[in-house]
Amino acid sequence: MKRLLKIILFFAGLVLVWEAFYLAHFWSPVLLPSPLSVGRYLWSAACDGTLASATLVTLRRLLIGYVVGLVVGLPLGLLTARFNVLNDTLGLLALGLQTLPSVCWVPLALLWFGQSEAAMFFVVVMGTLWSVIIATDNGVRNVPPIFARAARTMGSRGLHTWIKVMLPAALPFIVSGMKQGWAFAWRSLMAAEIYVTILSGFGLGSLLDNGRQLNAMDQVVGIMLVLLFIGLVADKILFSPWERFLRRRWGTAR
Amino acid sequence: MTLQAELQNEAPSKLSVQHVSKRFRSGGRAVHALDDVSLEVAEGEFVCLVGPSGCGKSTLLNIIAGLEHADEGQVIADGAPVKEPGRDRMMMFQESALFPWLDVLDNVLFGLKLKPNLSAAERREVAGFYLKLVGLEKFQHGFIHELSGGMKQRVALARALAPNPRVLLMDEPFGALDALTREQLYGDMQRIWQQRKKTIIFVTHNVREAACLGDRVVLFSPHPGRIREQFKIDLPRPRDINSVELARHSTIITAALKNHARGEGESAE
Repeated sequence: MKRLLKIILFFAGLVLVWEAFYLAHFWSPVLLPSPLSVGRYLWSAACDGTLASATLVTLRRLLIGYVVGLVVGLPLGLLTARFNVLNDTLGLLALGLQTLPSVCWVPLALLWFGQSEAAMFFVVVMGTLWSVIIATDNGVRNVPPIFARAARTMGSRGLHTWIKVMLPAALPFIVSGMKQGWAFAWRSLMAAEIYVTILSGFGLGSLLDNGRQLNAMDQVVGIMLVLLFIGLVADKILFSPWERFLRRRWGTAR
Repeated sequence: MTLQAELQNEAPSKLSVQHVSKRFRSGGRAVHALDDVSLEVAEGEFVCLVGPSGCGKSTLLNIIAGLEHADEGQVIADGAPVKEPGRDRMMMFQESALFPWLDVLDNVLFGLKLKPNLSAAERREVAGFYLKLVGLEKFQHGFIHELSGGMKQRVALARALAPNPRVLLMDEPFGALDALTREQLYGDMQRIWQQRKKTIIFVTHNVREAACLGDRVVLFSPHPGRIREQFKIDLPRPRDINSVELARHSTIITAALKNHARGEGESAE
């Protein structure tokens, strides 16, 4: 309860400082809207449904691409860890492409797929896939060999060893890879949505860019707050349970 | 298989190591880990393999387990040559090798779940039986990182015993523990071995430990790994690691160990 109070006080303080700057008129109100006008924008956008529909469009793109990236990346990472041939080929490719800032996929996606959902999907998958492959591969390589030996003496073989031993043993690495993949996917999707308007759905990125075009700073700041909030909630919902699990099982040392 | 039959002890194995040789490369150097090693182990015998590091005793254990293959020679377990790991030969390692993502009970259940013809309830019963045997039934829902080194090795012992093997292969299982914990485990080990007669092959470089636990102590020398001498220990059980009688035995074995090491050094010069 005390903790919650501190959190509320801190953010209330931030808003107050913001309001104070606004009232001091250092900058034109066009460049620095008051917290109140941002709140008014968010309220009206929430009431007329633009906010909900944009959030839905963005999250749908993000989740579909992310899940596909995970589902493809995990087994590929296991395969590159298992077979040297794949590690020297696909593993190297993944390592190279992972260093590429995922935003750089946007121009290519637009030329290939045009202004379509497919382009968005492609960008998100590219953001997710490579880091998941690298993290899974890395995680499996860091599993102490003694785990697999112990499992073998107990009668575990082949696929059973991979699913019941290697995969869970590599979990700390895989979770951090999933987190990195999520961050990359989220950033590149925003870049893509700001970059180009896609008629099949207006995401939060297009609302943000829309605000810029209209010189509506309250909209720009409002959408940024929404993005920040989504990022925070996603972290809590998607990754906190995994991290709690890891802390509980592996101990605090990891 | 019924639960009753499962909890009944399997007859211990008779092992025969026949002219086993093994070489491998380590750090760009050829290592002659084992050279023509032969060893007969009777049903229910507790044999300790002792020697300096690099004498191939762990390699021999891995070959008996089926985790590694001999270049020459073979290991016969109850008349059949060992080709791969099997539930009849369970292994315990120096690091407990317990799985941190599972709790204590699930670790013990890991091997049992791979055993056919047991219901989930029966498996739990069996796992509970062995956790009780090692004195950790209260910790069944604990996590591995919460356990002390000695407790980890007890869980590892329960996990190795649970599939009801005929042979227990132990690779310096107490090597990383403090002296006091080790002494407790010597007592437990003797009690459990008397209750669940298994053929045990126990690798250690601690001579006193070997004399305390084994019916027989087999002395290895390195480069290449060979069996040098064998000592029968016919002291009554349970044995106390600090007893004078035991010290007498371990003094003789230690002297022999030093003697072989010296001989080794001279021949190298």
